[in-house]
Amino acid sequence: MIDAALFSSALGALTPILFAALAGALCQRAGVFNISLEGTMLVGAFAGVAGSWYTGSVWLGVLIAAIAGTAYSLILAVGHVSFGGDAIVLGVAINLLAVGLTSFLIRTVFGTQGTFSDPALQGLPDINLGGIPVLSGHSLLVYLSWLAVPALAVVLYRHPWGLRLRGVGERPEAAASLGISVTRYRYGVILAGGALCGLAGAQLALGNVTLFSENMTAGRGWIAVVAVMLGRALPYGVLAAAVLFGLAEAFGFRLQGVGLPQQATDAAPYVVTLLALFISSARIRRTRENST
Amino acid sequence: MRTAVIAFVGALVLGAVLLAATGANPLEAYQAIVTGAFGPDGIQDTLAYAVPVVGMAIALAIPLRAGMVNLGGEGQLVLGAISAVSVGLHVPGPLGIVAALVAGAVAGGLYAAVAAVCETRLGVPLLVTTLLLSYPAMSFAAYLVRFPMRDAGSSLPQSEQLPPDVRLPALGGDGVTIGLFLIVAAVAVFAVVDARTPAGFEAKVTGWAPRFAAYTGIERPGLTVRLLACSGGLAGLVGAVVVLGFPYRFIDGALITPQYTWIGLLAALLATANPLGTLAAAVFFAALTSGGFAMERATQVPRELTAILQAVLIIFLAAATGLLRTRRSPA
Repeated sequence: MIDAALFSSALGALTPILFAALAGALCQRAGVFNISLEGTMLVGAFAGVAGSWYTGSVWLGVLIAAIAGTAYSLILAVGHVSFGGDAIVLGVAINLLAVGLTSFLIRTVFGTQGTFSDPALQGLPDINLGGIPVLSGHSLLVYLSWLAVPALAVVLYRHPWGLRLRGVGERPEAAASLGISVTRYRYGVILAGGALCGLAGAQLALGNVTLFSENMTAGRGWIAVVAVMLGRALPYGVLAAAVLFGLAEAFGFRLQGVGLPQQATDAAPYVVTLLALFISSARIRRTRENST
Repeated sequence: MRTAVIAFVGALVLGAVLLAATGANPLEAYQAIVTGAFGPDGIQDTLAYAVPVVGMAIALAIPLRAGMVNLGGEGQLVLGAISAVSVGLHVPGPLGIVAALVAGAVAGGLYAAVAAVCETRLGVPLLVTTLLLSYPAMSFAAYLVRFPMRDAGSSLPQSEQLPPDVRLPALGGDGVTIGLFLIVAAVAVFAVVDARTPAGFEAKVTGWAPRFAAYTGIERPGLTVRLLACSGGLAGLVGAVVVLGFPYRFIDGALITPQYTWIGLLAALLATANPLGTLAAAVFFAALTSGGFAMERATQVPRELTAILQAVLIIFLAAATGLLRTRRSPA
């Protein structure tokens, strides 16, 4: 039941969630509630497949996915930061737009409906880390996502950018009075988050599988939103939450193998998160009661 | 109103550019959408699609009036539908119809109330509890129609068909049933309660100024549970109405794929949960979607174009209302 292959598949499963959750955490830290992760990831997945298909190079595909994610997240940046539109309304609309746009494009660009795959479509190659079990044999993006966690932590806590960014999130007026451009920082986090979501989509469509199918993100962006909440937008907290979801997803596939319905394990990550939130909110309340 | 017109025109222009880029004639396509949505052939489809969208929009507007967002509509809808089918398969006759509708409403209402209690008692935000509880409900229904409740004569994950006497009578063609009146009644009740009763006033005051509402003695936890129970109850009823209509069974995914819940939520959000505004927005979105099918038949343009138009319109509207708000009260 539990062996190296389980953890290995968990690593593949958690990468898209981790990238998107880091994007969500970054936005949260600057005071932007970003629920458009799902849609941005889907656009990234489509752009990655289209890019890899038309250029014949998977790396250009990944680059195009990141650029597409960034460009797509401009909608949220302009609508929310410049125009002051509601982030939840915009987020829900951006997610719906992504489903409509990619379903429209798969028909107009590839001329098929539902799923596009082709043996000639280049996927991400596995990287051999000297044959270390579990850790070896993943795509470059998997390792990149691990590096992104400490990188985010360093930027947030050890770099002036991080200090200003957190200031923008916690007290925008105070940050603005010190000459920090709230607009510029919020644009920065949303666009950087878009690039991360693009990479999440690229890993999903070119790493875990090599195809694009309609609505293939299947709620992973929402799991990432939940992971941000569970990890309280702390880089390592988000990593822990993403690991938990990755393990649950991988374990789900395993349970199907022994005849348990997949639906039980589909539901598991959500139930686990809810329980974890109960426990953490109870702990917060206790500490609050003790301190007053 | 002017912002709405500008947003509408903007979305149309963007759609026209997209249409022209794919080599279609934009005017022809738009004409096909309008005749498709409201023409003699299309009005039936529009109404069939509008019933669940309006129902979900009103369901989600109820807590939104008090500033509470129910993101779990999909779970409540599906749970209501599967409960209605499981009751309808076992209780015969007209009694079965009533029992199935009630079962749907009760299941959805209780499930949403659980999410509310998770906030009021356990301190996890409603936005999160409703969203998180939604997925186990969908998985549970998916499991039921794959194993215990599966139609033995079919390879699809779907329940058995309801017997002919446990079906809502159709109005005209296949798609629309007298469930239409139930949804219209729900809109009317919501509008009256919202405008004329203390309960509606309490919800609105809580939405406008939560702390003021608390000072005046409105008890928020109780209000949260009541509003969510109503919201989930209506969502469950919508699920029941859908499965008691054609094709008279629960098919896995059939309530999720058409995006009833998210489109309904957007309609409610756009109209700031105003009852008649929500109704108008939801009907408009339903017409756009059913018009899209007609456009695809008439012009070969993929129907997903209307989903794009819809989302773009909402983005423009959200941005435009945001702009108005910030201009009025400079931050």
